[in-house]
Amino acid sequence: MDFIITLVNGLSLGGVYAMIALGYTMVYGIAKLLNFAHGDVIMVSGYAILVFLSFDPILAIICATLFCMLLGIAMERVAYRPLRGASPLAVLITAIGVSYLLQSLAQIIFGAADRYVIVADLGSITLGEVKIDVGTIITLGASLVIMMALSLFVKFTRTGRAMVAVSEDRDAARLMGININRIITITFAIGSALAALAGLFSLFRVPTIMPTYGAMPGIKAFVAAVIGGIGSIPGAMLGGILLGVVECICNSTPLAPYTIAIEFAILIVILLVKPTGILGKKRREKV
Amino acid sequence: MTSLLQGLKNIKWKHYINYIAVGIFAILFTLMTFGGSLPQSTLYMLEEITMNILLSVSLCLVVGFLGELSLGHAGFMCVGAYMGGKLAVILSKTALGNGVLSFVFCMLLGAVVAGAAGFLIGLPALRLKGDYLAIVTLAFGEIVKTLFQNSSSESFGGPVGLRTPRFDKQYLFIIGFALVLLALFVIQNLIRSKHGRAITAIRDNEIAAKATGINVTKYKLLGFIISAAFAGIAGVFYSFSHNYVKAEVFDYNYSIEILIMVVLGGMGNISGAIISATLITVLNTELQTILTGDRAVLKDVIYALILIAIVIYNNAPALRSFRERFTPRAFVRRLLAKRKGNAYNADDDARWDVVPTKIDMDEVLSVDLKVVESTMRPDKEDKSDE
Amino acid sequence: MSDFVLETKNLGISFGGLKAVQDVNLKIKKNEIYGLIGPNGAGKTTVFNMLTGVYQPTTGTFFLNGEELKGNTQEKINHKGIARTFQNIRLFNNMTVVRNVMVGLHSAPEFKCTLLESLLRLPRHFRVEREMRERAKELLEIFGLLDERNHLAYNLPYGKQRRLEIARALATSPKLLLLDEPAAGMNPQETAELMDMIRFVRDHFDMTILLIEHDMSLVSGICDRLTVLNFGVTLAEGDVTTVLNNPDVVKAYLGD
Repeated sequence: MDFIITLVNGLSLGGVYAMIALGYTMVYGIAKLLNFAHGDVIMVSGYAILVFLSFDPILAIICATLFCMLLGIAMERVAYRPLRGASPLAVLITAIGVSYLLQSLAQIIFGAADRYVIVADLGSITLGEVKIDVGTIITLGASLVIMMALSLFVKFTRTGRAMVAVSEDRDAARLMGININRIITITFAIGSALAALAGLFSLFRVPTIMPTYGAMPGIKAFVAAVIGGIGSIPGAMLGGILLGVVECICNSTPLAPYTIAIEFAILIVILLVKPTGILGKKRREKV
Repeated sequence: MTSLLQGLKNIKWKHYINYIAVGIFAILFTLMTFGGSLPQSTLYMLEEITMNILLSVSLCLVVGFLGELSLGHAGFMCVGAYMGGKLAVILSKTALGNGVLSFVFCMLLGAVVAGAAGFLIGLPALRLKGDYLAIVTLAFGEIVKTLFQNSSSESFGGPVGLRTPRFDKQYLFIIGFALVLLALFVIQNLIRSKHGRAITAIRDNEIAAKATGINVTKYKLLGFIISAAFAGIAGVFYSFSHNYVKAEVFDYNYSIEILIMVVLGGMGNISGAIISATLITVLNTELQTILTGDRAVLKDVIYALILIAIVIYNNAPALRSFRERFTPRAFVRRLLAKRKGNAYNADDDARWDVVPTKIDMDEVLSVDLKVVESTMRPDKEDKSDE
Repeated sequence: MSDFVLETKNLGISFGGLKAVQDVNLKIKKNEIYGLIGPNGAGKTTVFNMLTGVYQPTTGTFFLNGEELKGNTQEKINHKGIARTFQNIRLFNNMTVVRNVMVGLHSAPEFKCTLLESLLRLPRHFRVEREMRERAKELLEIFGLLDERNHLAYNLPYGKQRRLEIARALATSPKLLLLDEPAAGMNPQETAELMDMIRFVRDHFDMTILLIEHDMSLVSGICDRLTVLNFGVTLAEGDVTTVLNNPDVVKAYLGD
């Protein structure tokens, strides 16, 4: 019975990771940059919910999502777009700077101490002998629905297909009349919205936030994206869920203190053995 | 008079400027301590400064000259701090006590073990590049931290941390200066030799470097080992200066702080790394007393903004022509051109202020598919006819 | 000793089941200027990549002066005597011109200097540095780049970048020089100068040259013999006039 609870928890945590990983992987695939600040959008979402919660929970969620989308777009506009065409290393360092900036701004505004954010008291349900939080189930269900919706969006809408085209070959896509700036902006908006929702779902799990709240989930989601194969949407889901399950299982064993080390070790091994991840495409350097 | 001027002109002053500057400060502060006019807080600050210079100069080798982004520098430091600290604990119970000799042994151990860790991180660097390698180094740092955090209390103190004997001498900072000079000696001499040229060639174009006969494996590992060894030495110094080693300190935020020092110093610019490490440490210490509580992060906001601004300014493609007119380098060039009355040749040095160009995006585009497609449909118009 | 500087035997490679190049048999004699031509995507650069160890051939092998080099790393192959230039120029952009060439001299036995000697600044370090610089300057003088020696490679005009790449390749004292589209992007006058230079390189450095080129005036002007690749297979080989009049070759280039 314990194992089932662990598994359900793992799947739900995996759903959260998968949603963050989707943002990473889309931005990486389309804008070709590792948005180190992506994890901090989760934190911003948490604080935004905290601020708007006094009005109405649903309103708070909507406002937080919109705010994060705007933040994502602004980030791309101000910090990343000027560097398009520059060395990826420069972009990565800038992204680290943005992450640092968001964290310290949050600390100035909200303080370094933990803040409690209880979105709604959802209670729990009992199935046989298993008692599961409603929040966990919502997380699991919502993340599956969102992922499916995203896959359909990419496959069947004009914008979605344009995104794929840009990720395959930006120059060719431009020549085909695709507005690259618009596509990248949309990508950042979607990625940030997903991160905002991931922030909400994380609050179901642990209802406390602090300025560094998003850093570790962000990095772990990146690990998930890499495990699944960066640039691949199903890969991000697979990697996220895999990592969530591994984490929850590890946490229920005596290995618990080493969970992070184990996750990172998995990352290193995968990168060395199959750098393209489980579902990634092989790219060979042109000589 | 003229021959003396000529002789002074022939010395490449800029090769020695770092030694001279560090040496002057070392002597100055030494005289002041023995004159008894330095408060304890200044001594601590000098220890911090020399430690951070060690860290930034050694990271500069990997990021600026080898062109690999490492986010795990604090991890190497952690290894050094624990290894050196533990050995110091053991040696303090022997006849060596807490003397200079045991200090030297601890340094050596820290350097060797951290260097070995650097070797381990250099291995993935042979296969991975850019973002991926950055994440692997970050992962390495976190793994090291976790391992030490969960060590048993007899071995490395576990979550409580390891209490180490403080090398309680007024002149600990002088040893710090000596270590900085050692790091400068090794790293500068490496860079200004054929081996350093090979390392920067790898940074500029790895494929061309291989085709030109450079042993990329050897030089990448060399860069990582030397850089990690000095980070390890900085870690040992930390354990001697703080007399308490706790793994939490060495998280990736610390690595990023070191990276900020390197980037603000102008990437592959060692003098810049020294200056920015000094400034940031002084600012940190000074601001700590002024900004208290949650306002203390105001400085982080400023660092972050400066970091973003500098990287964008130095690398944005759109700002290229602007940059060529308004950099300190361009200013010096114009000044020299005016004085000499002739066109200025770029000095016999590489250009460092920019983030390495090695990972060119076009190069990572898939070639497999392109081979397939173009083999199937040879492009006929494109060919020249006789 | 083999009669041929370079000999390839059934050299081929496939990427994921697709045969990009198959059964290439080149036999290049000493001091020959040998052309490798063919339409885009015919696999010419892939052949270069196999000969320099970037790709490992899946079939066949190749010999330099009778010594089998297949399976060696890129730097090892360079040390054994194959140097190359790249289709899209690859210089060490943030280094000065003279240092670019000095990197080429890095592995020369006469400029050996261990890491320890360099770190401790022993006399050998200074001697080697001085001599490397002198040698690099000599090479730059030959290629007319001496005045620009302290410029960053990045700031050189296009034609000079091409020349610098050749100078750097020659600095590794190869036995065989591979030139990947040396005339790409050059006007007719520059191409004519390039032809003179390639001949000069062959005579002055006692060099054997294999080149990929699309410019037929250059190919017919300087190549002794040719191999034509199409869809990864050899379409024709032999001396220039015969090959260029071969109906299959004309068809491959101009279509049906």
